[in-house]
Amino acid sequence: MSDLEGLVAAVRAGEQRAGARLMRDLDDRQPRALEALRALHPFTGRAYVTGVTGNPGAGKSTVVDALIAHYRATGARVGVVCVDPTSPFTGGAILGDRIRMQRHALDPGVFIRSLATRGHLGGLSRSTFDVVAVLDAMGYDRILVETVGVGQDEVEVMRSAHTTVVVTVPGLGDDIQAIKAGILEIADVLCVNKSDREGADRTVRDLLHMLDLRPDGDRKGVEIVNTVATRGLAEGSGIAELAAAIERHRALAWDGEPGKARALKRAAAQVAELVRALLADRAAAALAAGGGLEAAALAVAERRQDPYTTAQAIVDAM
Amino acid sequence: MSRKIRILVAKPGLDGHDRGAKVVARALADAGYEVVYTGLHQTPDMIAAAALQEAVDAVGLSIMSGAHMTLFPAVIDALRARGAGDICVFGGGIIPKDDLAKLHELGVAKIFTPGASTQEIVDWVEAVLRPRLDAA
Ligand SMILES: Nc1nc2c(ncn2[C@@H]2O[C@H](COP(=O)(O)OP(=O)(O)O)[C@@H](O)[C@H]2O)c(=O)[nH]1
Ligand SMILES: [Mg+2]
Repeated sequence: MSDLEGLVAAVRAGEQRAGARLMRDLDDRQPRALEALRALHPFTGRAYVTGVTGNPGAGKSTVVDALIAHYRATGARVGVVCVDPTSPFTGGAILGDRIRMQRHALDPGVFIRSLATRGHLGGLSRSTFDVVAVLDAMGYDRILVETVGVGQDEVEVMRSAHTTVVVTVPGLGDDIQAIKAGILEIADVLCVNKSDREGADRTVRDLLHMLDLRPDGDRKGVEIVNTVATRGLAEGSGIAELAAAIERHRALAWDGEPGKARALKRAAAQVAELVRALLADRAAAALAAGGGLEAAALAVAERRQDPYTTAQAIVDAM
Repeated sequence: MSRKIRILVAKPGLDGHDRGAKVVARALADAGYEVVYTGLHQTPDMIAAAALQEAVDAVGLSIMSGAHMTLFPAVIDALRARGAGDICVFGGGIIPKDDLAKLHELGVAKIFTPGASTQEIVDWVEAVLRPRLDAA
């Protein structure tokens, strides 16, 4: 058996060490890891991926923690990917989402992986797709992807999800505004978390109102669920209802003909994203070969050349 | 693309605050590393399980409770039991001189005593972890 075959077999057998190392190598863009991912592709496509996004502090990690408990109670194996931003100034990141999920740390049916965005073009962690694929091949039935919902990047990440849950909280007019800026469009299920706080009903009304304003005007498909994620699976936490809403979206979106159309769209989005990423790699290599971006930009800064010609020359050199 | 150093920072044991661990986590992130932070009251088993899933290069433990002679070896054993004995273990805390040598023998790569600056920790990461990672 070759190294590659051995790795593929270990990942398919769900060996955590092998899977975790492969994720690391993918994140570090090691060419060997991409080979393994290619070989694993036939063994992916079984997991159901749910994205959880929303503003910092909304309770995403706590919701994910409760959903893990819910799915574990059904016997499903659960994989989790938590994406946090890389600091553009230092290149470092603090990945702290696990703190809220530590009660699952020793459950062999749960695998939690933290990722930093690493300043990937567009901000999204390119590796999110890859790590989800590895978890899928490892046999995790349910995959939960948590991202901070701030904009276009998260929209991209959420394309890898079958169902996207947007988490919001009551009482923040600004929060609703922030949600309005793009993220509401990607919600399949809206979760009003911290519904133990005042103003939950009002927030639901506001959201209903805003959903009506969506260009496609179809609010029937988007359910709003109140949760108190800190209560876990206790009666009245709303987590079972949230899971049920996810299942209804799944049936609506992924069964039958509409499901086929969506699967095609999802695959197209992934291919488009990969093409973008590969081109960005090539552009970076071409730039490096030509002495770097600043060297190329010098003539522009000194107004000896226009930026359009400069950019075209770099692309032509790829 | 070059590899990015990943370090798990954890606070095992029962003592109740994690200020020191958070300062170190922040300093390591500021130095450009990815820091997985798992919070307070972690058992050695939980730390090892998280380190394995996160595929970190090293685990940094903050131990102020005086239980260093049990907790450090317990984390190392838990990592080895999971086939992850290659993950480097280091830490900080108030540790008597005699114990330092013993811990080193037991496989703890480095101990920083409370006076150590965060820069010293970063220098150590660059000197010890970086070459290991580049060679891998
Ligand atoms: N009151 C209340 N607090 C909550 C609820 N869910 C989460 N929190 C708290 O909100 C804070 C942020 O939660 P976290 O899950 O880390 O948010 P994230 O940044 O969106 O992942 C934590 O202190 C949680 O305990 C809830 O339903 N009600
Ligand atoms: Mg979080």
